[in-house]
Amino acid sequence: MTIQIRKGKRATEPQCLGSQRSLNSEDLLFPNQTGDSKAAVYFQLSNGRFRPPPAHRLIAHHIVDTIAPIFFRVSRTMWLPLRLTLLLLFLLLSPRALLRSGSAAVVSGEEEEFHEELLLKPLPDRKVLAHFHFHSIAPPSKSNGRHHHLFPKAISQLVQKFRVKEMELSFTQGRWNYERWGGFDPISSNNAKPPGVELWAVFDVPEDQVDAYWKNLTNSLSGLFCASINFLESSTMYSAPKWSFRITPGRLRYGTLPREAVCTENLTPWLKLLPCRDKAGLAALLDRPSIYKGFYHSQRLYLTSNASVPAETVSGISLEQTLTVVLQPNSPSSSSIHSGESNFQPSWSLSSIFGRKISGKCVLAQSSIVYLQLEKSIFSEQKDNMDNGPNSLASEGFAGGSGFEMSLDPDIVIEEENQSQHKGSSVLYGFWVEKYNESQPFDLGLKWKYPVFWSSRQAPLHASRFLMGSGNERGAIAILFKSANSADSSSGSRHVSDGCELQVDVFQVVPWYIKVYYHSLQIFVDDEAKPIGDFVHKIQVSPSKDKTSPGMMEMLLKLPCDVRSAALTLEFDKGFLHIDEYPPDANQGYDIPSAVISFPSFHSVMHLLSNDSIRKSPLLSRFQEKNRVQSYTEVLLVPLTTPDFSMPYNVITITCTVFALFFGSLLNVLRRRVGEEERYLKAGKKKGWLRVLLSRLLAKLRGKPMEEPDQPSSESAPLIGKKLVLKVILVAVLAVAWQFYST
Amino acid sequence: MAKVEKKEVAAATPPWKPKPRPIVRLGIVLISHSLLVSVVCCTAGIVALFLLPMLAKNTYISENALMPGSASSMLSNHDISEAERLAKDLTSLNSGAADAGIERRRVLAKYLSDLGVEVGYHKFQSHQNQFHPLHFFSSPDSGLSRENGSCSSYGINVVGIIRAPQADGKEAIVLVTPFNFRKNSSSEALSISIGYAVFSLLSRVSWLAKDIIWLVADSQYGEYASVASWLRDYHIPVFSASSSHNADSCFEGNNINLSREESPGRTEISSGFRRAGTMAAALVLKVTDVKGQLEDTLSVYAEASNGQMPNLDLINVVNYLAVHRQGLRVKVEKFLSVLTWEWIWVLGDTLNFIGKVAGSLNPEWKFGISTPDYVEGTATLASSLYRQALGIPTGPHGAFRDFQVDAITLEISPKVVYTNQGRRNEFILRSARLIEGVVRSVNNLLEKFHQSFFLYLLTSPAKFVSVGVYMIGFALLVAPLPLVAASLYVDANKPEPSSQDPKQKLQINFKPWKWLSAAKQVFTVHAWGVFVSLLPYFISQIPNSTPAAHSIIWFSLSTFGLLVLYLITKSPSKPQKGKWENLKSLTISAVFIGLLLMSVVNFATAQIGALVLVPACLLAQPLKLDIRTASLKTFLRIATNVFISFVAFPPAGFFILKGVNEGFGNMDVGEFWTWLESLWAWNSATYIYIGMVHLPCWVLCLQILLHSC
Repeated sequence: MTIQIRKGKRATEPQCLGSQRSLNSEDLLFPNQTGDSKAAVYFQLSNGRFRPPPAHRLIAHHIVDTIAPIFFRVSRTMWLPLRLTLLLLFLLLSPRALLRSGSAAVVSGEEEEFHEELLLKPLPDRKVLAHFHFHSIAPPSKSNGRHHHLFPKAISQLVQKFRVKEMELSFTQGRWNYERWGGFDPISSNNAKPPGVELWAVFDVPEDQVDAYWKNLTNSLSGLFCASINFLESSTMYSAPKWSFRITPGRLRYGTLPREAVCTENLTPWLKLLPCRDKAGLAALLDRPSIYKGFYHSQRLYLTSNASVPAETVSGISLEQTLTVVLQPNSPSSSSIHSGESNFQPSWSLSSIFGRKISGKCVLAQSSIVYLQLEKSIFSEQKDNMDNGPNSLASEGFAGGSGFEMSLDPDIVIEEENQSQHKGSSVLYGFWVEKYNESQPFDLGLKWKYPVFWSSRQAPLHASRFLMGSGNERGAIAILFKSANSADSSSGSRHVSDGCELQVDVFQVVPWYIKVYYHSLQIFVDDEAKPIGDFVHKIQVSPSKDKTSPGMMEMLLKLPCDVRSAALTLEFDKGFLHIDEYPPDANQGYDIPSAVISFPSFHSVMHLLSNDSIRKSPLLSRFQEKNRVQSYTEVLLVPLTTPDFSMPYNVITITCTVFALFFGSLLNVLRRRVGEEERYLKAGKKKGWLRVLLSRLLAKLRGKPMEEPDQPSSESAPLIGKKLVLKVILVAVLAVAWQFYST
Repeated sequence: MAKVEKKEVAAATPPWKPKPRPIVRLGIVLISHSLLVSVVCCTAGIVALFLLPMLAKNTYISENALMPGSASSMLSNHDISEAERLAKDLTSLNSGAADAGIERRRVLAKYLSDLGVEVGYHKFQSHQNQFHPLHFFSSPDSGLSRENGSCSSYGINVVGIIRAPQADGKEAIVLVTPFNFRKNSSSEALSISIGYAVFSLLSRVSWLAKDIIWLVADSQYGEYASVASWLRDYHIPVFSASSSHNADSCFEGNNINLSREESPGRTEISSGFRRAGTMAAALVLKVTDVKGQLEDTLSVYAEASNGQMPNLDLINVVNYLAVHRQGLRVKVEKFLSVLTWEWIWVLGDTLNFIGKVAGSLNPEWKFGISTPDYVEGTATLASSLYRQALGIPTGPHGAFRDFQVDAITLEISPKVVYTNQGRRNEFILRSARLIEGVVRSVNNLLEKFHQSFFLYLLTSPAKFVSVGVYMIGFALLVAPLPLVAASLYVDANKPEPSSQDPKQKLQINFKPWKWLSAAKQVFTVHAWGVFVSLLPYFISQIPNSTPAAHSIIWFSLSTFGLLVLYLITKSPSKPQKGKWENLKSLTISAVFIGLLLMSVVNFATAQIGALVLVPACLLAQPLKLDIRTASLKTFLRIATNVFISFVAFPPAGFFILKGVNEGFGNMDVGEFWTWLESLWAWNSATYIYIGMVHLPCWVLCLQILLHSC
């Protein structure tokens, strides 16, 4: 019996295969190694003789493990350790164990976990935010070797191979609307991402190897996610922020691809990392047309590993996969916008948003919860309007008489701890999905009874970035900060007093062909030009090197708390590119990636009343982490000078003409001997009547009297010879004939 | 080229010479026959200009990505009824009330925010274009006269921005509708209806790849000023200036508070400036009432400052959609008076006949064009040339071109003033569908407009003459100039017959410097030209005076300056042989250089200038010489010279042109001043051309004519 496993094509280029290779995912780890693409692994299992090729011992081991149950009978007479291993494995992977392994306690706390959660949140502008959160944890262990029950193997191999300590990869389509959808809560700080692809990673390797590891990582991810992340390999595309982007000890690399289009081909590999894929559980909601129809779509992958473990053990990895979509529920009354109903929030249900329902949880998930988040200000308004009495929030939600109605009763109500009386605190309703099944699918609906208004909590400053100037020569980048709460300056967790400072971190990467003059940095605070030293607390600039590295600016601003607006301007020159450096569609312009604005003194954290169920939920514990408030600015489009690519032919012809003229005259100068020629001409003086006539004509043309027949044609002779005239006539005749007979 | 030839000519004089190269010989032949060459070339140049309507090609959509009309329109009657409701709300407000303008803006903003789009007000201060001699060709300046202004001259634009749902917001398309919030005008309300119908549709569609900006420009201080100031604030914002404070304080002082909107659920209407990305294209939409039309027409205005044109593809898309989809008649501006000229019709007939004859000889030669087409084409071409030459934008779209944004003005005029609601709705539907189609096409565009022509003249909405064709006429017209200059120079510096005398050898050495005094003269006159063109800046500072007074002061000062210069630089030496030839040669060189430079800046100006200056310079010859040898030929030459130098005098030319177009009835000396004022107010390079090329050369021609030799 022969088993033959042939390795697939190397995954250096983004390629979109319908199915991800499960067995040979090993090859993802060697994208830059040549030669092994054609290697086929042969080994035979026949009559108990097992001959693994020495170079592939590990792989063989892996494969034997995987297929062991099937060949258990065959390998009866194999060497003992293997047989024992297989026996053990067989027992472990017996059908019962398989079924149970995902759900509850099996053996110990060192167990891989998978959680799935979904957060739904109505947004102030009649849209709905859906935030899927899938969390897989692989604890550090020796027992399993390189194998996992639930955790995606591709990721764990990635982490081990490239010694990734922390990594975040996001694919985003559309823009997060900070003004309407909020800029302070954990979702907007963590999950609002710039359009396109953003990747950053921290490596656990010596500094001089980081770039090499980064390059390999980008190529692997490119293959894994069917995206052109491999373009981040070039040193002009990534940078190494020191402190402004994220305070992470270690070797951080950061790169973005603003123009990357995001589509299902990126989603499918992402779903493949989930144990239930999109066949069961919450991911079953992901109906492609409806999630890509929305206003914002961001799929994100965030992993951390405790990489500093001894080499022989496998490091523990925590993988967080989130998908954030903003959708417009199509309410039936949307057509009559101007009627009185326009104030109503649209009522929706899961099936109306996604077109699907949840029929039970993913059996491998330890928890499967759907949360509905509502702003608390709705209730307070409700109280004002209805004078509902001192009802608890929990009863208010689904008891009659409140502003909305849920189609299902929540299993748990979690309230955000109200430390300071600012708006933005919220209430979470939790629903256990495991209670529902195929016959009784989970379909949460929300119905509004009264028009309600609220606004999301804003980051302390709203940042926008734009280009100034016109023309192809120079311009300026401006970053404008506007105080989000100019009206009620008392809000915010900071106390307002004299000397209070608002810290703002700005991290800006600029491609090299935008030549920024960092000395031209200007700061305007409250419409007044101010010296830079007054506000810039710390600044670090690494200027761009042509065709080598992008320019990077990290800046820590300290603005007064009561600032109304602040503006930064930086002037730049537009560079010229070499002809082969132009990207496709060069005439569209060139992107400047988003700047990252973060507020180190503000933390987007939800203080939830501590509860056992919260501690178990990765989503909520993530919300309770202290992360600084972060936002991204717009991507900018800079028109640069572009050559006319459609006319290479003209260029070629013109160049050739110039060259021909140049070489012709050069040759003429070099090899002609005028004296010789004249002597030669004088020697052969006799000529026919035609030549005399021609020379006469020429002399006439030149306006000089006909010279004596002795001298005249000395000039004209080389110009117009008899043969030449004959040739010209011949060509003319041919041309005329052609003209007549071709038509 | 001319220099090389001169050198070669100089080298050709020694008794024994090495045989010159063919190209040099060709040059010598041409120079020695400069009279014949110049006559042939000039005639050919003028003939080529009149042939342009025949050589015009049909327009075609060059950029495949545009795909105009490939999607069916999504505009529904619902959008139109909403838009009509808005128009009614706007017009029903009492126009007499003091705050009607504010109330109208509020109504408009409310409608826009109900659509769920971002709405903002843009306050601006209208200021007159001020002449500043150093600001020609400079980029639109932000610091220029931003401060100081009474609160009365502030306007407020309303801006709505649709953020494309799935796009990255790097690009934007701009729709502009001028609207006077103070007045009730049915046609402006109609244009608001069309704009709103399109905008409300676009706020719902899912195919947007670029953000849409709708600018309702406050046109009480002119359409251009409001659009230009919005664009300036968009591209060159001022962070430090007190201008925004000024505006705010003005509005607070007048108890106008626009930004407070009471209902909390609505999107907030901010007075802060809102931006989208880089502008891809802009459409200015206007509705006008023109009486006596047979069908609904669409006029396209494209000329921006200094004869810059938007990409031809933009016009093509509009033309294609208007004609083939919405059945509107598309017009571009033309000189109606040309249609009444008899000789143009005769010329058209002749060309038609020639074309027919040629066609009968070989059916491949199909350059014939019917006479009415030819005359229409000529009228349009003349208007196109004139508008470009003037260098004044023909509408608010001109402001966009200053920021390298392709823009055109679409002026739609209904057949009649619609009273019937159904007919009116149908008109709105057609116009809005046109705008929707154009927006959709531009939205399809991945890159910016670059595929089609930027340098062209229109001979009809669907026909154009590209730069490769119209340059030929100009090149033929100016080609004789260097030849004639060279031949004159050769004539002037011919060795005297007595030069064999060894004593004369010394003189030969100095011969090349003979032209220096002429050069000095040419230079002084050009310096005077600079002085004359700077004068208006100072004259305009004189308070309380009429344009007529201004022009008289200007005229007298200029003449005085010329006299002073003449007296200062008058050479005491007696006139010598070849002096006027040298002067003429240098004048022609100066004209040649000036025309070539101008053809790069603004081709149309150079073309029109060449039509006048080239014959004037070539024909100029001292009258004394002609009078001395009195014959029919010289008499004719005298007459032509006098006529041309009269026409070439800028004020005379202006009044003649005006008289031809509008009749010689009411002439005012001040008109010329106003015309020039408009030129420099719009930073037109034509003003520089008139002051620094045309006028000095005219003076030099006069000097040649009056030369005492």
